[in-house]
Amino acid sequence: MGPVPMASADQLARIRPFDRLTPAHQSLIATTARDVNFPEGATIFSDGQPAVGCWLIRAGHVALGTEVPGRGQVVVQTLGPGEVLGWSWLVPPYHWHFTAVASTEVSAVEFDTARLRALADSDPALGYPLSLGFFEIVVARLQHTRSRLLDLYGSPRDR
Amino acid sequence: MTGNLPLLYKVASSHAETQDSFSLRLEPIGAALPAFEPGQFTMLYKIGVGEIAISVSGDPTTRDGSLTQTIRDVGAVSRALTATRAGDVIGVRGPYGHGWGLDQAAGHDLVIIAGGVGLAPLRPVVLGALARRHDFGRIVLIAGARTPGEFLFTEQLAAWADEPGLEVQLTVDQPATAWDGQVGFVTEPLSTLEIDVRRTIAFVCGPEPMMRFCANVLLAKGLPARSIKISLERNMQCGVGLCGHCQLGPLLICRDGPVIDYECAAQLLATREL
Amino acid sequence: MTEQAAVLSRAGLDELIAALIDDGYRVVGPTMRDNAIVLAELNSGADLPAGWGVDAAPGRYRLRRRADQAVFGHSAGPQSWKRFLHPPRQQLLTADCGVVSAPEEQDPAPYAFIGVRACDLAAVATLGTVLGGGAYPDSRFARRRRGLFVVAAGCTEPGGVCFCASMGSGPQPGPGYDLSLTEQIDDQGHRFVVDVGTEPGRRVLAKVSHRAAADAEVDEARAAVAAAEQLMGRRMPEVDIRALLAASRESPLWNQVADRCLTCGNCTMVCPTCYCTSTEDTSDLTGEHAERWEHWASCFELDYSYLHGGSVRTSGASRYRQWITHKLSTWHDQFGGSGCVGCGRCIAWCPVGIDITEETAKLAAERQEEDGPGTDGQR
Repeated sequence: MGPVPMASADQLARIRPFDRLTPAHQSLIATTARDVNFPEGATIFSDGQPAVGCWLIRAGHVALGTEVPGRGQVVVQTLGPGEVLGWSWLVPPYHWHFTAVASTEVSAVEFDTARLRALADSDPALGYPLSLGFFEIVVARLQHTRSRLLDLYGSPRDR
Repeated sequence: MTGNLPLLYKVASSHAETQDSFSLRLEPIGAALPAFEPGQFTMLYKIGVGEIAISVSGDPTTRDGSLTQTIRDVGAVSRALTATRAGDVIGVRGPYGHGWGLDQAAGHDLVIIAGGVGLAPLRPVVLGALARRHDFGRIVLIAGARTPGEFLFTEQLAAWADEPGLEVQLTVDQPATAWDGQVGFVTEPLSTLEIDVRRTIAFVCGPEPMMRFCANVLLAKGLPARSIKISLERNMQCGVGLCGHCQLGPLLICRDGPVIDYECAAQLLATREL
Repeated sequence: MTEQAAVLSRAGLDELIAALIDDGYRVVGPTMRDNAIVLAELNSGADLPAGWGVDAAPGRYRLRRRADQAVFGHSAGPQSWKRFLHPPRQQLLTADCGVVSAPEEQDPAPYAFIGVRACDLAAVATLGTVLGGGAYPDSRFARRRRGLFVVAAGCTEPGGVCFCASMGSGPQPGPGYDLSLTEQIDDQGHRFVVDVGTEPGRRVLAKVSHRAAADAEVDEARAAVAAAEQLMGRRMPEVDIRALLAASRESPLWNQVADRCLTCGNCTMVCPTCYCTSTEDTSDLTGEHAERWEHWASCFELDYSYLHGGSVRTSGASRYRQWITHKLSTWHDQFGGSGCVGCGRCIAWCPVGIDITEETAKLAAERQEEDGPGTDGQR
């Protein structure tokens, strides 16, 4: 693998949660970012560990799961290109609730979340739209999850 | 009632797609029905039990007179039909209804989104488009099922995954062992799909809420509502516009549908108990 | 037709009925039976309900004795002509040992309808569009209608629930009759001014005693029918009813009506244009012999919209909304015209007296309030 280039503000401009920020702020955020790659099967983070880092997936899929005795590692959600992995660094108790494993080769933009938080804390004009952007992502995830709860594909015979 | 009586077809083979869905390959005993357009349905008659409307799920380019229909066991008639075996005789009327309009979609990118057994009425779209591949731009298929064991046409899906002219994404709602594919509702891979809204036609089929959710995702991307086609279902007794049951507001689903564009359908689906 | 109008005496009407029976028609007309004016097969003109009138109001229908012997002096009874053209039960097919065929055609005699009012004539035409005008016409209906002979009756005494004038379907009978009679009883006697509508009508009239009508007689008959327009029991609000219903899907009115509506479906049974049917498949124990039958259905039935283990329209509010919206609005989208002919039967036979004109007026008032002042020029 060749040298890993720094992420650019252009990459962030159209993607949640960064699309609400000004170009200046996007450039600032870009300085906290770097390109990373994970081979298939790599554990990106583990359930229970301190939550550090968040990743904007550029290619590949990441499986989020948890260990269920008797069922093994159960994948409850997969995330694909364009999606953001890792929110727990934003909210107490600041540790991961699920384990994230690269189910294919994954290339992503990784953010230094300590610096991201510092930037957000020091400048509300950056912090507020960034938070709103994350909120939007979480709301969308909730809507998708509620769709799954509806069990729409179930048979009427089972109701 | 009409003068059109069911034509008799013999079940040539029955294939269990899932625990409760079967694909019947039907061959005419006497006269054959006219060729079908993707999206059309027939009225399948289990003699003495009843008749139900089922979308045709086979290859629209077939010219040997055979008909493939995929049926899910959800009621008395569908149970009787899914219980048929090779050699049994059933009646068929049709094809009826307004189809997907694959011909009119020539020159466009196709985004095909199937939820559960919604893949059955969409299979003719994929097969029809692949048969004239150069007439279309990108062809994307996103199919969702509750669990990996509930996908229809698994062999065909596997073949399509290797088809160079087709982008396939499968996703399941519920976590499952021995599945290393996507886990999430169909709207999730759809949300991250980049499309050219100026040249895309979307065909969506599945439970009504699933079609609404997918349509919202597509509209949020900027796809015009009239470029989103959905396939609706209502109670059908006659299938030919005479019994009144299949009404949805001003539409007769058997005649103006089952395929309706979302510009027309959105407001109707938003009204409770319409 | 620019045929000369004629006059039939009361005896002449009896002759007309006899002539039609002679010609092989099954003559159907009003009769008095079971305290109602019931459409039934006539053996002669003596079977007509001479001297019977009707008092109709929401949820109320009573016969009353007239002072004269008019035979058409009553308004719409509980049945309409649809039960002859689109019978309540019909066999569609039989399957014997796996061979599917249409039921044996006995080729029954054609019908001659006597005393079809303007509203009902319009209803027959509407059914013709619905059942005969699509890509897959109902062949049985089409055959019955083709052989039909129609003697219409111009209305001079509309009933308390009638509103054909505001639906544009009466009181003057529109096209579709072979003969049209306007009954007149006064000191000049009991007679009918006859308009000839078709060649078969002219031929039958020629067989019975009649005389040419004087211009004054024709004018008098026309005037009597025209005057009936002002005597209507009720009227629809003068708004675009189709657009009104289409815009009212979320109206609070539906829940209000639901407090009263029993979803009994009477309105759909007595309505001359309601045409919905359901099919029923049966077989014998061996499975060798199967039949499919079609019978009248109503959108008020809970199972009417059954789909995937439940019904789409479970609430009474949604079912009432469906019925009235179809009748007054989406019928236009589906069939190119209104489904309502203003006969008022649904008002009389509603056990709780729900009045379609009143509900429509409420919606119109609601819409006016929403649209604000200045839209109707009254404020």
